[in-house]
Amino acid sequence: MSSEKEAVPGKVPEKAKGATPPKVSRRSFLNWIAIGWGSLTAATLVGVAATLRFMFPNVLFEPPSSFKAGFPDEYAVGEVDERWKEKFGVWIVRTTEGFFALLAVCTHLGCPPNWLAAEAKYKCPCHGSGFYRTGINFEGPAPRPLERARIMLADDGQILVDKSRKFLWEKGEWEDPESFLKV
Amino acid sequence: MQFVKDLFNFLSSPAIFFTLVIVLFFVALRTRRLWTDRVGTVALVAVVVYFVVSFFDPNFKKVVTAPDNVPIVGMLFLIGFFAWFSLKQAYENDDRMARGEPPAEKLETDEKVWCWPDLVYTELIALLVASIVLLVWAILIEAPLEEPASITVAPNPSKAPWYFLGLQEMLVYFDPWLAGVVFPSLIILGLMALPYIDTNPKGNGYYTFRERAREIALFLFGFLVLWVFMIMTGTFLRGPNWNFFGPYEYWDPHKLVPLNNINFSEFIWVRWLGTGLPQQWLAREIFGILVVLAYFLALPPLLARRWLNDIHRKMGAARYAVGIVLILSMIALPIKMYLRWIFNLKYIIAIPEFFFNI
Ligand code: FES
Repeated sequence: MSSEKEAVPGKVPEKAKGATPPKVSRRSFLNWIAIGWGSLTAATLVGVAATLRFMFPNVLFEPPSSFKAGFPDEYAVGEVDERWKEKFGVWIVRTTEGFFALLAVCTHLGCPPNWLAAEAKYKCPCHGSGFYRTGINFEGPAPRPLERARIMLADDGQILVDKSRKFLWEKGEWEDPESFLKV
Repeated sequence: MQFVKDLFNFLSSPAIFFTLVIVLFFVALRTRRLWTDRVGTVALVAVVVYFVVSFFDPNFKKVVTAPDNVPIVGMLFLIGFFAWFSLKQAYENDDRMARGEPPAEKLETDEKVWCWPDLVYTELIALLVASIVLLVWAILIEAPLEEPASITVAPNPSKAPWYFLGLQEMLVYFDPWLAGVVFPSLIILGLMALPYIDTNPKGNGYYTFRERAREIALFLFGFLVLWVFMIMTGTFLRGPNWNFFGPYEYWDPHKLVPLNNINFSEFIWVRWLGTGLPQQWLAREIFGILVVLAYFLALPPLLARRWLNDIHRKMGAARYAVGIVLILSMIALPIKMYLRWIFNLKYIIAIPEFFFNI
């Protein structure tokens, strides 16, 4: 180990002797430095700008947040309707009094739960949270019930679900008339 | 045969299995006779035979040979080997030192070993071998790709990558911000802080168990039981709807496990005091808050005065405080797991109003 170390300093001047270093004036050296750093900074800035631009895509293939869900008589009383789950992530539940729309987003960490008809519960595949038909949480780690979306009748008599307005049970918002469509 | 399978399935229900693992871990750690070549070989053969025999069970085979799970089987053997190997060396050294001889590492060389070339060469070889193994593996086993991702449908069960399964298991018992943010940061920061908390120079450069039995036991408990074992649990025992399944059990998506979880506040106010839950969140959660505060603020001084007297004196107040809070946070996980399994306790403090749950 130590002999290698001594050999290294001996080699350096010999190499330097062989190559004739070009004359570089102080001014041109500084110019090159400025050009180098300048272009690096510019490239970095362009890169950052491009990354930021990436956050705002031209088109978003997202389903609209509100949609028409057909006519009320298409739903059977007592059913949790799954036909909008895959596209919009919403269950429409028909009770004897009316309708409400549950968002299929687990209140634990946001996985989409499944409706298990046989067990009459929504069950999350990620950490096992379970919710009753109403959306109330009863098992697993989910700390609060599923959220409901605004539901009302459109002018043409169809059900209109608006996911951009949410109703949270723990804030007492399920009492809100817009969270429940009476028939 | 069916009886044995049923027995194994029964034993792998969470509370029983976890208790068995904890007890086995501490007993094994203290049993010097286990850490020899003979016992190591026997254990290896036993595990291999267990896997081969179990392979005839279709449910076992299906889970173990899933492309996602093959590496975990490999990890089981690797971790087992290294745990055994290091403890064997540690105990051999302890015996040597008890006889007044120097540790084995001192006989190998008494001088400093260079980083270059000694260490770097070994690393280079390890790197080459690992790359080759990964390449061959990637060619032989197909990637376990699933259907295109969707925000409204998730596979059931939805499993994190294997190295996060420990975290996913924690998420079953804790709120996301605790299990997903606070605990992981505490783990990383705590590991970084270890050399500053534990300044005992014993064991530098040689293996030993007796000279630092408590530290090693604590660390290995965190690593083997709370991390590796949880990864195993998440891989092999968690099935559809994130229910527990025994190793020979069919992964039935309709398995019914009654889990009516109840918050601590409900235990106190509804079950014991017989009054309803108070409206105001502070009044409702006051008992849970007190319990958590007592756990982190009153327990450390009590421990220092009673059982950890010598450690407290050796470490000094500041080091002791940091160390004990880290340890208590670690122990909080098994405590919460048992509370969930035995009492169906959901949260000790539950304030959904502020997204704050412990
Ligand atoms: S995300 Fe649903 S249980 Fe964790």
